[in-house]
Amino acid sequence: MAQAITTLSTQTFDEIIGAATGPVIVDFWAEWCGPCKMIAPILEEIASENGTITVAKLNVDDHPDLARRFDVMSIPTLIVFKDGSPAKRLIGAKGKGQLLQELGEFL
Amino acid sequence: MTERNVIIIGSGPAGLTAAIYAARANLAPLVIEGEASSTSDQPGGQLMLTTEVENYPGFPEGVMGPELMDRMRDQAIRFGAEFLTAKVTLVDFSGRPLRAWVGDDEYLARSVIVSTGAQSLMLGLPAETRLLGHGLSTCATCDGFFFRGHEIAVVGGGDSAIEEAIFLTKFASKVTVIHRRDHLRASKIMQERAFKNERIEFLWNHTVVDLVGDQKLEGAIVRNTQTGEERKVALGGLFVAIGHRPNTDLFRGILTMDDDGYLVTTVGTATNIDGVFASGDVQDHVYRQAVTAAGSGCMAAIDAERWLEAHDHH
Repeated sequence: MAQAITTLSTQTFDEIIGAATGPVIVDFWAEWCGPCKMIAPILEEIASENGTITVAKLNVDDHPDLARRFDVMSIPTLIVFKDGSPAKRLIGAKGKGQLLQELGEFL
Repeated sequence: MTERNVIIIGSGPAGLTAAIYAARANLAPLVIEGEASSTSDQPGGQLMLTTEVENYPGFPEGVMGPELMDRMRDQAIRFGAEFLTAKVTLVDFSGRPLRAWVGDDEYLARSVIVSTGAQSLMLGLPAETRLLGHGLSTCATCDGFFFRGHEIAVVGGGDSAIEEAIFLTKFASKVTVIHRRDHLRASKIMQERAFKNERIEFLWNHTVVDLVGDQKLEGAIVRNTQTGEERKVALGGLFVAIGHRPNTDLFRGILTMDDDGYLVTTVGTATNIDGVFASGDVQDHVYRQAVTAAGSGCMAAIDAERWLEAHDHH
């Protein structure tokens, strides 16, 4: 099932995360971060291959307040939100196999 | 199963230049380029974690590291190189054809060019795993942004350390360079820039022996290498740039390496195994530049091409 990636902002973050019925992977990224660009296509694949999970992107340049709120000090950071709260945090870029393994419990 | 003329393992400047040359020589190379990572063994190599490259010939205005690598990759694709985004997990060079595996998938080749590069060394402290990404970083370009207004430190004294320190002054209020010697190994131009930068301070003759902080880095314990005295310095962030180690675990016991694990090449780029060539930082701990890696990648492709011709495979 093809699924678009949601773009989060300070204005929409709580509403979208709060309203989600399944787990949401939030990708904290920025334009200037090389490893973030490497995992972007992998996350798109994971999103389109797994209908139960939502993948959302949050640009830390545009929304540093949210990066601070979740203590993000390194990107890419992926935080999986379940029932509105952070359930898992993955720091640094990883290949698809390893990401799928670490996200396995949510897929 | 298809037996390829040449498989190139790795995709930094060495691997991609080898791919351009091998593709233009109609060898239809397969580049097994690696997987996404933040530890400098990713596709594109160490330059993917840098910003501006000022010393690559042909770019008088400078070029961004990731852009340079994208362009090399496009150039290789233009001449027919094939790419596989995966990490080689096992090789067997004991017979013919040469074999490489990605998980259960096997790839066969008449010749192999190893360009797996090197990755950043860590401090080797137990607290490292806990604090990596929580104030401890190996990638200034990725994480510098989060240290706006903080007092931070860079460990190391080579070009990478000094480049990181200068880059980090864009964000941090103060950057202390912690170095185990009383002088830098970095190039003169980088040293001059660092000494002139008012936000950079130096803590000479010190090593980092422990990290402080549970959830988040709060400081480091440093030891004076002359007196042995230890003390705590408060830090909002710590960047590690103490050197590199070659990505050669895959070839241990198969290819000849020196004491530090760098592949040993003789007669151009030849390794101890006939038909296996090595190029780039994986076999060079002396120059370690994008342009020297690219140059040796070119040499490896020419060596492989001649070897294939001599063995009637082309």
